[in-house]
Amino acid sequence: MTGLRMLDRKLVRDLARLWAQSLAIALVMACGVMTLILAMGATRALEETRAAFYDRTRFADVFASATRAPESIKADIAAIDGVSSVETRVVNPVIIEIAGMAEPATGMLISIPDHGEPSVNRLYLRSGRMPEPDRPDEAAIIESFAEAHGFQPGDSFAVLINGRKRELSITGITLSPEYVYAIGPGDMVPDQKRFGVIYMHRSVLEGAYDMKGAFNDISVTLSHTADKDEVMARLDAILKPHGGTGAYDRTDHMSDAFLDSELTQLRAMAQVIPPIFLFISAFLVNMILSRLIALEREQIGLLKAVGYSNSRIAWHYAKLTLLISVVGVVIGAIAGTRLGHGMASLYGEFYSFPFLVFSQRPDLYVISTGVTFAAALAGAANAIAGAVRLPPAVAMRPPAPTRYRSLFSGGSGGFRLPFSQLTIMALRHLVRWPLRTALTTLGTALPVALLITSLFAFDSVDHMIDTVWFRADRQDATLTFAADRPEDALRAVARLPGVIAAEPFRAEAATLRNGHRSRIIQIIASDPDTDISRVLDRDFKPIRLPPNGILLSERLAEHLDLKTGDQVEVELSDGQGRRVLVPLVGVTNSYVGLNANMSREALDRLSGIGPRLSGARVMVDESRIRDLYAEVKQTPAIASVALQGISRQRFKEVIDENIGISITIYVSLAVIITFGVIYNSARIQLSERARELASLRVFGFTNAEVSSVLLTELGVMVVLAQPLGWLVGRGLAELVAKGFESDLFRIPLIINPPTYAVASLVVLGGAVVSALIVRRRIDRLDLIRVLKTRD
Amino acid sequence: MRSDLTAPSLPIFAVTGLTKVYSTGDVEVRALNGVDLTLEAGEMAVMLGPSGSGKSTLLNIIGGLDRPTTGSVMFKGEELSGAGDRQLTAYRRDHVGFVFQFYNLIPSLTAWENVALITEVAANPMQPGDALALVGLEGRMNHFPAQLSGGEQQRVAIARAIAKRPDVLLCDEPTGALDSATGIIVLEALARVNEETGATTAIITHNAGIRKIAHRVFSFLDGRIASCEINETRIKPSEVSW
Ligand SMILES: Nc1ncnc2c1ncn2[C@@H]1O[C@H](COP(=O)(O)OP(=O)(O)OP(=O)(O)O)[C@@H](O)[C@H]1O
Ligand SMILES: [Mg+2]
Repeated sequence: MTGLRMLDRKLVRDLARLWAQSLAIALVMACGVMTLILAMGATRALEETRAAFYDRTRFADVFASATRAPESIKADIAAIDGVSSVETRVVNPVIIEIAGMAEPATGMLISIPDHGEPSVNRLYLRSGRMPEPDRPDEAAIIESFAEAHGFQPGDSFAVLINGRKRELSITGITLSPEYVYAIGPGDMVPDQKRFGVIYMHRSVLEGAYDMKGAFNDISVTLSHTADKDEVMARLDAILKPHGGTGAYDRTDHMSDAFLDSELTQLRAMAQVIPPIFLFISAFLVNMILSRLIALEREQIGLLKAVGYSNSRIAWHYAKLTLLISVVGVVIGAIAGTRLGHGMASLYGEFYSFPFLVFSQRPDLYVISTGVTFAAALAGAANAIAGAVRLPPAVAMRPPAPTRYRSLFSGGSGGFRLPFSQLTIMALRHLVRWPLRTALTTLGTALPVALLITSLFAFDSVDHMIDTVWFRADRQDATLTFAADRPEDALRAVARLPGVIAAEPFRAEAATLRNGHRSRIIQIIASDPDTDISRVLDRDFKPIRLPPNGILLSERLAEHLDLKTGDQVEVELSDGQGRRVLVPLVGVTNSYVGLNANMSREALDRLSGIGPRLSGARVMVDESRIRDLYAEVKQTPAIASVALQGISRQRFKEVIDENIGISITIYVSLAVIITFGVIYNSARIQLSERARELASLRVFGFTNAEVSSVLLTELGVMVVLAQPLGWLVGRGLAELVAKGFESDLFRIPLIINPPTYAVASLVVLGGAVVSALIVRRRIDRLDLIRVLKTRD
Repeated sequence: MRSDLTAPSLPIFAVTGLTKVYSTGDVEVRALNGVDLTLEAGEMAVMLGPSGSGKSTLLNIIGGLDRPTTGSVMFKGEELSGAGDRQLTAYRRDHVGFVFQFYNLIPSLTAWENVALITEVAANPMQPGDALALVGLEGRMNHFPAQLSGGEQQRVAIARAIAKRPDVLLCDEPTGALDSATGIIVLEALARVNEETGATTAIITHNAGIRKIAHRVFSFLDGRIASCEINETRIKPSEVSW
């Protein structure tokens, strides 16, 4: 039998003896591998699918809309330096009527060229065919909407085009790069049933909307060398006389922005969570290996004395580390791959891609295996170096007794602290290895932090729901008129069935400028003291709209570098080109979009066109809501209707669905870390102090008293870990919230006390269970065997 | 304390027909094979015998660390052999002081604290300082075990064992790891404690020279007590020839 084989036997026996601790470490590693594979795989899946889809469908780089622009300027736009192709369209919001569905759905009616494919934003036909040019009642619709209603080519539904009800026959089901994430107006999460995108021939829509030879929407793709800002500025200049509302790029494109924020989140996850697990596994490997080598110093000395080389001994311990890592990697890879498929199908529900495959390319596994091995070996390095450094002679002698410091007993002058000797034992042991104590505390704090970082989103969302829907936009529905109307339109709205109260608003697109900074935005104007829909200040208190001046939301004010009291230059997009200086009278709170608010009086004055209304926000009698829906569908003057009541519900539904999934995942991850850290740390303490603890039993201390020494020590670390975890968790949550912030929405950093409590309780629970498992070992300590041996 | 040791009313221990069988696999080891003995209050007994003859096994059983296979151990008229874990723990806590070959001090506690560890939970303890003075260590109370010599550590262990005023003091090779001079100091401490506290003291040793300091000497052989001799005249530990 060769020596190598004997060492390998020892390896197998060591592993068998340390199986519980090794498994705990392997599970922590598995979490790291799993989250890495999951985050990287999903990032890649989304990134690559998106890139391929955009490329194939020629997704535009820059978008703009106008009130009505002559087709002739298309050539001017195509001539802008850097523009490679241009597509003009007629795009209009519509109300969709579906048999058997009471509430009206809203839709976008988008033109496709009469002949040939669009040069930009092409459609991806899933089934059926595109409409025939000579059949004006044919339409193609997007897949999410079709699936929600079970529509097949050949089915039909009705839309209200410019006030006339029109039966459309579905010829084909398509996907569009513009609606990968299809979200309706006023919604915060997709509601596939209530938002549809409908494609019809240009000539048909030109006829229906009186847009002969004109367009109101334009998309362009850019060449690689194009200066995007320059192109956008030129585009704005060309469209301005035609009511251009300002060009924007993909970052401000709803669908792409949502995809981007998902990717940001995934990348953040890949950067934050796996390192936490890898760090903890490195620490645990270090702990277990240091202890093993300390216990085996005599054996190591003997091996060296009989001629085993240092490298052979180092390799022996490295192998132990690697074996544990292999188990971790295998479990993690399997779990990551399975969850990855689950995640891809979850994405499939929200994002409409022609295909979405969870990336399973081997390099993903190679990378995760590599980093896990590296982390484990990094953790092992210092322990193994200790074994290598042991001179054979020294290794054969027992280590010098540990020296402690006389802390926690009080002063020498007879004064004593009220600690029992058992407590003093625990406390002195803690401070004897301050680094280990600090790392164990940190290791216990991290799951608390992880839980806070993941669970705070629910507090923030609750707060958002409360702010957006119960303090600010409290209306049940927002009706938008097909065209601005005089003030008496409000009376017509109030007369609609079921309407309890109605508040008018006027919306005007405008360019806001401050020096070289500018932003095109919808100014929303309402009556000074509205009750249904309110503008909130930064303390969430409703603001009375002043007769003069403008209010901007925090992020918009930041963009424009404006403070309350500054003047902002406002130019309405009405083609008149008048620039007026308006004082910024306040900064408002907003979680969704960039907002500018004025009183109606002020906006009417600014526009020079007497009182005009763009729509109304209404409160509706629940019992008569169906009548209202029916009436709205019949009313040509109402171009679109956003149902805040249903949005609110749908939002809660989606969030509640996600709560279950994420709580399960994060709680499991946190429990695994807690168990890995606490169980290992308790086992190692037990191994170091078995003799001491058995002696206590011999002297007549009960199992409970003896356990208290160990549990006090663990308890101190676990308790210290809580505030530390809260602090780290809050910091991470702040980073996450910052990372999410975009012009589309903003997540407030709200962490309610129960979230801290839940995070702590989960970790405390995990710690108690780990401690109890170790306590059972204390109860079974073999007293006599311990007495026969010396340390 | 007690002048008349030859006619006690009730023995501290009455052991009858004690056996202890270890069965590992198919091999049976009879560590004790029918032991009968009594220990009187305040007496000092020395136990001799070859390695493996069952001395430690007996001491562990009467100390409440282990249970016999058959037979009975009466402590002050109460049966020990049937006691549960909880009762044995209480018994050790209230009545027994242990001294072992390897001291078993708590390294994170000073000499004083190692003694206080026991006195904190004892019903009628001495002051830790007094116990340490009894073994001549009043000057080293604030030293940690790592700062004490082997003999000093063993004396701390004795102070710790006697500080609760135990009924019995059980010492398994207390001088086993010590040189002769230090061994004598430790034995002196034990003798003094036995005299001053009246604790029944049993000392296991391989050093036959020590037998002369005891009232009675039990010799073990193959799990039995082969003989028991009574010392008519005891010598002082300092007179022991090592
Ligand atoms: N846990 C055990 N399992 C099996 N056999 C045991 C066990 N403990 C002790 N023995 C056996 O019981 C016998 C008596 O052991 P014991 O320790 O009482 O001897 P001893 O007289 O104290 O010896 P020594 O002077 O060497 O300490 C020995 O043969 C020993 O091998
Ligand atoms: Mg023995």
